[in-house]
Amino acid sequence: MEAVNRWRRSRASRWEQFSHEADIGVRGIGPDLAAAFEQVAVAMTAVITDPARVATETCVEIRCDAADDELLLVDWLNALIYEMAVRHMLFGRFEVHLDRRRLYAKAWGEAVDAPRHQPVVEIKGATYTGLKVGRDETGQWQAQCIVDV
Amino acid sequence: MDLARLQQASAVEWRIGPHGRMRVPAVIFADEDLVRQMDDKVYEQITHVAALPGIVQAAYAMPDAHWGYGFPIGGVAAFDADEGGVVSAGGVGFDISCGVRTLHTGLTVADIAPVKQKLADRLFASIPAGVGSSGKLRLNSVDMDAMLRGGACWAVERGYGSPADLERIEERGCVAGAAPEHVSEAAKRRQRDELGTLGSGNHYLELQEVTQIYDVPAADRFRLRVGELVVSIHCGSRGLGHQIGTEFLKAMVLAAPAHGIDLPDRELACAPIDSALGQSYLGAMRAATNCALANREVITHLVRQVFADVVPDSHLALVYDVSHNTCKQESYTVDGKAKRLYVHRKGATRAFGPGHPGLPPELRDIGQPVIVGGSMGTASYILVGTEASHQLAFSSACHGAGRAMSRHQASRTWHGRALVDELAAQGVLIRSPSSRGVAEEAPGAYKDVRAVVDAADRAGLARKVARLRPLVCIKG
Repeated sequence: MEAVNRWRRSRASRWEQFSHEADIGVRGIGPDLAAAFEQVAVAMTAVITDPARVATETCVEIRCDAADDELLLVDWLNALIYEMAVRHMLFGRFEVHLDRRRLYAKAWGEAVDAPRHQPVVEIKGATYTGLKVGRDETGQWQAQCIVDV
Repeated sequence: MDLARLQQASAVEWRIGPHGRMRVPAVIFADEDLVRQMDDKVYEQITHVAALPGIVQAAYAMPDAHWGYGFPIGGVAAFDADEGGVVSAGGVGFDISCGVRTLHTGLTVADIAPVKQKLADRLFASIPAGVGSSGKLRLNSVDMDAMLRGGACWAVERGYGSPADLERIEERGCVAGAAPEHVSEAAKRRQRDELGTLGSGNHYLELQEVTQIYDVPAADRFRLRVGELVVSIHCGSRGLGHQIGTEFLKAMVLAAPAHGIDLPDRELACAPIDSALGQSYLGAMRAATNCALANREVITHLVRQVFADVVPDSHLALVYDVSHNTCKQESYTVDGKAKRLYVHRKGATRAFGPGHPGLPPELRDIGQPVIVGGSMGTASYILVGTEASHQLAFSSACHGAGRAMSRHQASRTWHGRALVDELAAQGVLIRSPSSRGVAEEAPGAYKDVRAVVDAADRAGLARKVARLRPLVCIKG
């Protein structure tokens, strides 16, 4: 928990969720696009479990590229959903680097431990619904979409 | 939804005339209360569906319709390949062929009363459920492709299920035209150890009591009697289907301009049926459908093992297995012409009426069982397809209650542990790895399923046959 919170404070970044009739919206906010992408990933983990409960002991590297920032966000979240599914892992900390429309990331986490993580729900996919990437009125970067659970 | 935007055709049918880019009207089947409860997004989404190329007759919303992705959940639309019709990954959704099957047990509720707790515990221990769970089956690449081609037939051939089951599954347990070669290695990898797992969210395994019969002849044919125990299994194509949905949605979004398709919403991503991408998706989607059929068959095998051990006199036989998220090629007469159409049902059930050649011989004169799932504490219903539904909405009916409250609001309103205790006091045993998951799926977070099936019955989409009350619910 400490690691996640310190990391969040140091980047002046945060995440939040928003309601959808059947599913859940995830949003990351940060001083730059990479920070927003990191935070939206934490928000997605929070759909499944408390991110603070996830030990960040194993690192998985992720690469993706897309035609625009919005498609890149969906690809990034779907890549994480795929890694969670095939590795039976949850991720609690993320580091994203962007080079134009290319994303290089590291995700740290651990194997799912059902009694400890009390995972709520699997995520089937990140969707194009509620999809937005850009700066808000304060100049902060936001990245958001709804995930299908 | 604002009723002023709709033309009321009857107490349970509302129409939206073609306007803007709509090529056909949109029709909502629901009573006034249900329409009022529907999100305005349903209006927006159903009119967008009506604007897709090659759509035939109308875009339909079932009584349980709610805001989905591109298509509303509870959306039905048919497309004609000869008229430039499309197949839409968004119109099927991420959980391809997610559906429900019901088995009768030959037991009364009194028979299992002494072992109800034991059955709940053993089923929870035997059926892998929830995030990160995996099944005991490990499929190599040869087995994977055989499963994707064979569906429930593959499972039965390998000893997971009974040959008699196949007659009671849509398409007799195996959809033709599956093309495992169009399923990515990533999708196959996601499924490698997930066969025979329940999943999470609104997926469940329930022991249920038949509490009411509305249609005695149909109930007799489905072998449903008041006071008897049935088992219902609700799940889908698991990670393989999710991955196929993800990949083809993206491919169709990117290819839309080249196909001359101006998407009103990216989630309506689609491709012409006759295009290489459309055919590739259909092959992969059918493979995922077979995966869902195999998955429900393997879970049934696990359920039978538990019952054989705990209640040796039981005999679990399928009433029927229906899918809720599909695109199927079916024959209809439209404006006097016989057509082969691609019918998308997203969160909707096929509901063939009496005499349909797609029904098994022993059910052909009565119609297809339509299974409408409940939500832990609320009832499920079994209906039967009608002759009228053929013309009304391409033989389609509702699939469940539909959510009425967001997951956030549900988890703020209920506490999982307290809800489990409250339901136990009402005679419903819940087993789930997640307390918050139970709260998010609280029965009160869903619409009134009785209102939904009553509207479907009144509209003539399907006729009510039986009501089922939950006794034990295994949630992922």
